Amino acid sequence: MVFPDSKGYFGKFGGKYVPETLMAALTELEAAYKKYRKDENFQKELDHYLKDYVGRPTPLYFAERLSNYYNAKIYLKREDLCHTGAHKINNTIGQALLAKRMGKTRIIAETGAGQHGVATATVAALFGMDCHVYMGEEDTKRQAPNVLRMKLLGAEVIPVTSGSKTLKDAMNEAIRDWVTNVRNTFYIIGSVAGPHPYPMMVRDFQKVIGKETKKQIQKQEGRDPDYVVACVGGGSNAIGIFSPFLNTETKLVGVEAAGLGLETGKHGAPLARGDVGVLHGSKSYVLQDEFGQIKEAYSISAGLDYPGVGPEHSYFKEHGMVAYGSVTDKEALKAFELLSRMEGIIPALESAHAVAYLEKLAPKAKGKVIVVNLSGRGDKDLETAAKALKESL
Amino acid sequence: MSRIKRTFEKLKEDNKKALIPYITGGYPSLGACQRIIEVLAESGADIIEIGIPYSDPLADGPTIQRASEIALSRGVNTKDIFEMVGNLRKKLSTPIVLMTYYNTIYRYGEEDFAKEASGVGVDGVIIPDLPPEEGSLWRKLAKENSLDTIFLVSPTSSNDRIKKIISASSGFIYCVSLTGVTGARSGLPADLSDFISRVRFLTNKPLAVGFGISSADLAKRVSETADGIIIGSALIDLIDDSNIKYDKIAKFIKNIKEAIGG
Repeated sequence: MVFPDSKGYFGKFGGKYVPETLMAALTELEAAYKKYRKDENFQKELDHYLKDYVGRPTPLYFAERLSNYYNAKIYLKREDLCHTGAHKINNTIGQALLAKRMGKTRIIAETGAGQHGVATATVAALFGMDCHVYMGEEDTKRQAPNVLRMKLLGAEVIPVTSGSKTLKDAMNEAIRDWVTNVRNTFYIIGSVAGPHPYPMMVRDFQKVIGKETKKQIQKQEGRDPDYVVACVGGGSNAIGIFSPFLNTETKLVGVEAAGLGLETGKHGAPLARGDVGVLHGSKSYVLQDEFGQIKEAYSISAGLDYPGVGPEHSYFKEHGMVAYGSVTDKEALKAFELLSRMEGIIPALESAHAVAYLEKLAPKAKGKVIVVNLSGRGDKDLETAAKALKESL
Repeated sequence: MSRIKRTFEKLKEDNKKALIPYITGGYPSLGACQRIIEVLAESGADIIEIGIPYSDPLADGPTIQRASEIALSRGVNTKDIFEMVGNLRKKLSTPIVLMTYYNTIYRYGEEDFAKEASGVGVDGVIIPDLPPEEGSLWRKLAKENSLDTIFLVSPTSSNDRIKKIISASSGFIYCVSLTGVTGARSGLPADLSDFISRVRFLTNKPLAVGFGISSADLAKRVSETADGIIIGSALIDLIDDSNIKYDKIAKFIKNIKEAIGG
């Protein structure tokens, strides 16, 4: 069975729950994507930019000291070495090339940590497009360096002051912009969330992470890994690296943000603690109250501070295809420091959640081959981390 | 025949147009909201649309977002809205439609929602983020519970989609006047009458136009081609949270009703 089905469902998750005004745009987008994903010239252009502009393939790096520390064979998929510092650009290049072919001149995006916003502003500059990025006011503060980067790249950054002033609200505002300017605007969604065809399209553009990892681990280990670990906010880096290992012997682990602790209610773990609902155009696990009001998520990492999750992850969870765990702010900060000191790599706070999961996984995986998706670099998080780590830094 | 259908037929016989004011349920408070709705009915509203406040109203502009936030901050929930409609039903025969985002219904349980809404006297439901493709279960349950299903058409809808939406709709068709979110605007979109004609060509069901209608003048112009007009943000803008002037609201509604032909 190929997912999603023709209506955009992964089992019972997904779909298109959007205002009627957007339905025509989604149909147009789906048709364009179906046409171009098999188009040789489109693929050639995409491959060209991924290689010469983004810097792919990214290395699969054997982390020797970390491996010794945890008594396992740990590899890091270095998405942090992508141009702009995270995996997000794999997707924005793809969508921008699509936008260009569809004759759309105005680009909008939502961003949490700012990595997707930067990756969108970057491709908009590259292809000479007008770019507007919605970002929760709270996030513009904690990810200030990325705001400056977007502005330098020529994008307009619009702080969103409604609701929790984070990623969820930025996405609401981006959708409102899209409803208003739908005729000339292409909405580049940054995760495997949103209405169909976005979860499928973003997944497909991020599959490159998994394809490379599979080849690289085969070359270095002569076999597939025992585990692949990735953090899950909306879930695009995880879907990307998981995809070639689904339904194989490799165990897949998605790590959600436990924030201050799952029991405190202050977290970003809809798969662990949410209920099925509809948010931002698709049906999936969502943090919500008994009347369906969306709850505010919380995480020290702006990219994981989201009450929803991509519908395909909900499907994976329901069918036991991926195991989902969670990591608190504190544990992530510890991993942030550990990876910096032990490997000379400062991870994004999002990716630090995946690294932190090793603490739980390693004791039961002695000698096993573990790939951790290092989805982004941590320069943007220095201020947040410095504040939180003030005792030890 | 549904109460909404009867209302439109009666208006048509009298060569009149429907005035459909919208208010966010529980704004500014449950008690005041109930009183405002009574004033709307007394002042000439033909159908009343009540929004269930929602945390993430992505089809709504700043006015309704704010009203929803205030209602939610005062603890208003779906059950409160049902209770308010039940109270109103004891006094009013005016048709009442609920406007609610789909997650509210999904989380409540679609069947329970349909039964309870119908039980308290709701006549129809508008779900702005539920296209007919996703609404087959809802339509079945609504029908079983004698609720009209009012779907929305937009200027970007193709004729094929408009046909599909028409056949899924009962009571009336909600024509979204523009590409955008709710909120008062100072003018009408240039392509509005073409859009309404396009829908009119495909159906005899009543057409009500909403989004952006802010004044008696705009209402009058829209009513020349439509069977009804929906007015929401402009009404809510009149409601001062701390000092509600019911006479001002009554006057506003009476003016519009008169402008669209009494």
